[in-house]
Amino acid sequence: MALPYYVSPEQMMADKAEYAKKGIAKGRSIVAMEFAEGVLLVADNPSASLHKISEMYDRIAFSGAGKYNEFEMLRKAGIRHADLKGYTYSREDVTAKSLANAYSQTIGSVFSVEPKPLEVELLVVEVGQDEKPNELYRISFDGSIIDERGVAVIGGKSEALMTFLKSRWTAPTISLREALKLSVEALETVTNQKLGPEALEVAVLDRTRAGRIFRRITSGEMRALLNSP
Amino acid sequence: MPLFFDENGSSFYDFLMSRGAAAPPPPPRADVPVPAHAGVPLFSHGTTVLAIRFQGGVLMAGDRQATEGFQVSGRRLEKVFKTDSYSAVAIAGAAGPAIELARLFQIELEHYEKLEGDVLSCEGKANKLAQMVRGNLPMAFQGLVVIPLFGGYDLKRREGRIFKYDVTGGRYEETEYHATGSGGKDARDTMKQLYRRGLTEAQALRIALEALYDASEEDVGTGGPDLVRGIYPTVKVITDAGIRDLDERQIGDSCRALIDDRRERT
Repeated sequence: MALPYYVSPEQMMADKAEYAKKGIAKGRSIVAMEFAEGVLLVADNPSASLHKISEMYDRIAFSGAGKYNEFEMLRKAGIRHADLKGYTYSREDVTAKSLANAYSQTIGSVFSVEPKPLEVELLVVEVGQDEKPNELYRISFDGSIIDERGVAVIGGKSEALMTFLKSRWTAPTISLREALKLSVEALETVTNQKLGPEALEVAVLDRTRAGRIFRRITSGEMRALLNSP
Repeated sequence: MPLFFDENGSSFYDFLMSRGAAAPPPPPRADVPVPAHAGVPLFSHGTTVLAIRFQGGVLMAGDRQATEGFQVSGRRLEKVFKTDSYSAVAIAGAAGPAIELARLFQIELEHYEKLEGDVLSCEGKANKLAQMVRGNLPMAFQGLVVIPLFGGYDLKRREGRIFKYDVTGGRYEETEYHATGSGGKDARDTMKQLYRRGLTEAQALRIALEALYDASEEDVGTGGPDLVRGIYPTVKVITDAGIRDLDERQIGDSCRALIDDRRERT
């Protein structure tokens, strides 16, 4: 008879966390930053079709780092959640808070119950209406949820990025151009390489728009923004 | 509310149906007599909505009146709904389920766009709407008929397109114009007389307003321009630049000009 082995819960959780962290560390990073007219999202992503940033609802955007198939599944489930909620109640009842909570519950229970944790980190971002503050939620691989202010970072190089950005980001009153320049500079610094518009995926939640305010910024537009004085 | 993982499709309508929402009521039993008032439905109905193609795209318009039996139940109803940046649905039939269908269709298109990261083709939208009309068939048997009219701009073909439907979800493309609702035939008669190929947007607007005016004269379920309250038909225009509402003042001016012309004729 094989001897039943014992692993302490502490050890099991530590192993899972290490496994998930390793998976995420392999991936590229994403920066979310508040600016005067909303929130900017910049991802280090050379693919033009496999997105890491996505529209979720009228004023809510989603971003995932880590294993593509896992955060893509979470993205789709979140859109279903948002659309069903908006259909059942009203469009204004769909909030980033409720989405972030649902993600936290799901990711958290997978982390403690399943043998393999999800190797993902998520950002759920909402731009406030009528002078209300923006909301930036970061959800970790173990389901912990962090309410960020000003700047939020996920992915492989998130710690280095955060250190860099904390020293440089000033206030949510900076312009889109300044925010984009700073985000690109931060990503270039931590990856030690030049990132042209083709290597980046950029989108904004633009407060000045009405209805669905999510908008992708094309590489042409990005080039114009970065080159303007 | 939880997240939903067990679904793999990109259709919000299918997702909703799989969750048992909006299940149609059971069909009526043959041995139960039909109520005496069955000939005069007690829900809002009666409408004229139309779509007309012109050079740059398609123009859709509808009257504003809701009718309940022999009573007017609403004067400011919107019957043409924007469903995405390049399409609109005009509704006729039982107002409740018809407005619900338009709302659900709008969410359907948005849902697909977000999940797939791509917009549906014009043809794809028209087909999806056909499936949704077919889903309403059990309700239609009980008198709650919903007949939409779909107008969209086809970005590949670079032209406006019109699709009409029947209760079974049959989908038929119209190449010139179409009108539906209780005053649909009257509106079609007018458009048949006035329609020419290669209309400008202004000409299409004039024909649409003429057709709606004739429908309101001949059909009790269709409201005409209300000069006292300043209520005029709603008009949406879909071109390669997207969909937009025509300004209410512009429609009002056109309606008054039309009435002046008719006054001179009589």
